[in-house]
Amino acid sequence: MTGQGFKSLTLIGVLVIAAAFVPFVTNGYWLSIAVTAMMYIALATAWTLFSGPTHYISLATGAFFGIGGYLVATGMSDFDISFWVMAAIAPIVAVVLAALIGAATLRLSGIYFVIFTLGLAEMIRGLVSWVQNNFLGSRGLYVLTDFTEEHIYWMLLGIAATVYVIGWLIDRSKLGFAMKIIGNDEGVAKHLGINTARAKVILFMITGFFSALVGVIVAPRYSYIEPNLVFSPEISFMVVIMALLGGTQRLWGPIIGVIPFILIWETITVSFPNATTLYLGLSFLAIVYFLPNGVVGLIESLTKRGRAS
Amino acid sequence: MDILISGLLLGGTYALVAMGLNLQYGVARIMNLANGETLVLGALAAFLAFTAISLSPLVTLVIVAPLAFAANWLVYQFLLRPLVKRAKTSGQLEVDSILATFGMSFALVGIMVSIHGEYYTYSFLARPFEILGTTVAQNRLVAFFAAVIIGGGLVAWLNYTRTGTAVRAVSVDTEAARLVGINVPRVSALAFALGGAVTAVGGTLISTFITLDGSIGVIFTMKALIIVIMGGVGDLRGSIIAAVVLGLVETAVASLIDPGLTLVAAYVIFLGILLFRPQGLFGKRNA
Amino acid sequence: MTPPRTLLKVENLTKRFGGLVAVNDMTFDVKEHEVMGLIGPNGSGKTTTMNLISGAFGPSTGTISMNNRVLSGLPAHEITRAGISRTFQLVKVLPGLSLTENVIAGAAFGHKKRWGAEAVDMAHQLLIRVGLETQIDLPVTSLTYIDQKRLELARALAGEPEVLLLDEWLAGLNPTELQDGIALISDLRKEGRTIILVEHVMDAIRSLCDRCVVMNSGTKIAEGTPQDVLSDPEVIRAYLGDE
Repeated sequence: MTGQGFKSLTLIGVLVIAAAFVPFVTNGYWLSIAVTAMMYIALATAWTLFSGPTHYISLATGAFFGIGGYLVATGMSDFDISFWVMAAIAPIVAVVLAALIGAATLRLSGIYFVIFTLGLAEMIRGLVSWVQNNFLGSRGLYVLTDFTEEHIYWMLLGIAATVYVIGWLIDRSKLGFAMKIIGNDEGVAKHLGINTARAKVILFMITGFFSALVGVIVAPRYSYIEPNLVFSPEISFMVVIMALLGGTQRLWGPIIGVIPFILIWETITVSFPNATTLYLGLSFLAIVYFLPNGVVGLIESLTKRGRAS
Repeated sequence: MDILISGLLLGGTYALVAMGLNLQYGVARIMNLANGETLVLGALAAFLAFTAISLSPLVTLVIVAPLAFAANWLVYQFLLRPLVKRAKTSGQLEVDSILATFGMSFALVGIMVSIHGEYYTYSFLARPFEILGTTVAQNRLVAFFAAVIIGGGLVAWLNYTRTGTAVRAVSVDTEAARLVGINVPRVSALAFALGGAVTAVGGTLISTFITLDGSIGVIFTMKALIIVIMGGVGDLRGSIIAAVVLGLVETAVASLIDPGLTLVAAYVIFLGILLFRPQGLFGKRNA
Repeated sequence: MTPPRTLLKVENLTKRFGGLVAVNDMTFDVKEHEVMGLIGPNGSGKTTTMNLISGAFGPSTGTISMNNRVLSGLPAHEITRAGISRTFQLVKVLPGLSLTENVIAGAAFGHKKRWGAEAVDMAHQLLIRVGLETQIDLPVTSLTYIDQKRLELARALAGEPEVLLLDEWLAGLNPTELQDGIALISDLRKEGRTIILVEHVMDAIRSLCDRCVVMNSGTKIAEGTPQDVLSDPEVIRAYLGDE
């Protein structure tokens, strides 16, 4: 079992090294798609860290991502703080927010959590816009850095790899074991001495940290930032679809989901820009009705059947 | 006084929408996140009928109700019932129905935006009306009374008819309802369809005084969910009071602080409920 | 020899669900190394009492304390860590975990915490102890009912609890399995473990319990040795009803 664990870690290591060379073989359009894909790989892997074992559909990604992007922008434009200082502060703010949301909702049933996160990005956007209009002056926020697309790509790759390694370590830790038990039967978990609410909140905080960090790194890509741009509920849904499409039972599942989804998404955005929402909706339906365990689940059940016959 | 009256009128319409969601979640046990889109569909119908053939929304409403009922019944039978059947645990059904209704929600937004991508602006009964020293638009008043009549009819139907009692029984305990010979799948489909119809009618009414567009549904879903949780799942009386509370708070925040903060206000209420009364305003604390 | 020490103290315990009083002013003690039977007709509040002790929910009024530390009102995980383990009336194994992992789950977070190789060793010993050595590598879902119960018992023992709660652990077993089950609990008793068991099987109560508390409609109606309480006219009336 541990042997297999190390094998998957090695495999990921090879993938990361291969992925690091992408900017050398391509640029322009395909590099920008690669950056988008890498952003979603990092977000979806971070999402799976929490939602995989708990089965809670978190829609908070957009809120965390927005906090990352917005704080960098407002810090640099309104307060003249350097990018790196804001890059350190923003994820911590997200972690605190995750802790508060978790403490309020995760001790109750999962449905409250889903509903709470559903409008979260929208709500924070409203709050931030209001603060900006009334107290900070409603001028635009600029994130001006020397980063090229390549830099952003590599940083995102670094985050994705870090999230993966952390997930791998959690899987082998007591916390990961506790999450596995909670996923099986939360009532039993409590009676085995597991502080279930705390375990869930900790994982949610880790997810929040990395989602915000991705927001931070991606901010220079937009250079001009307004709340409507970064607090986009769409990101939350995209991440959910991609993670579920790949499969959440394995940490590498999201990678399989992100790449095809992004390619189709880009094609649709270019040729039928009005059909993206419909595509999002149909993808959700396809996952529920045809791929309940994602591509990974499908592959595993096929190989199992193959072996049995 | 202005705030009190406008808030009350807004709350009345919210109550109708939340009653629709409550029927779907409390009875059919489906957390319908496409609820807001159902509402917007009702609004779109009113807008199209009004701009194309100047049909009064009050007439459209009569057409929307049976159509929405039939559509939601079909959705339940062919899309949601299979999920109910395949779910091994209630948790799995919850996740599946959330994802499926998300899918429907986005698909509907996509379709509605392609039908009419602009705001649904039309002017119906936008004349001032004097009430208790406050001026309100007639359309708000009409929408409120229509909501009261429909909501009242619904409550009466649930309390005084045989089918209504069966619906309430399923809401209290699915298993026990089955044991006393109630056809649970049929009642669930009925409740889901009825809930959808009520929501769509609510949308038709709201469209007379709030300008909607194809992608605004999720905000209404959110508000309806907050109302249902605040009022207590399955508790229609609670929904009505919670809706009025939300209507009042939103109107107060919008007119006293900033209209952009209404969702923030709704969230503050939601957070308070989650922290102090997760069982709803009138719910008994279950162990 | 010193007289046995009181380990667990239940005082004036009451639990209301809405208007229903499920447990009404219960008071009893459990001494160290004692096997105490909690018996009574269906619906008399035995399982609710067990749930209150294990912290599945908190009491409306009254206290539960162990070693003079008040436990009532604490969440379930803290009560488990304080040293109370339980099995469930309807057996609850963890289907996604292996047998060994199921038992480690009891060791990792419980009263006496073990992790890593130490936990694996302990899990194997306990699995052998409850008679599951030949099934160790099978999936949990393929276990028979009694084997699932054995697994649950091993899991409850893994945290080395000071008090073990067995909620109808013998229910639903066939006569042969019942003999095995009684023998297993009897071994635990000889080891000097402190156990509270809710049980309907009279043979088990007679042979296993040092003392019994009898409940009816949420209140305690008798307390004493199995022979004494089972011949008490009020207890008989509670079980058989008035003529």
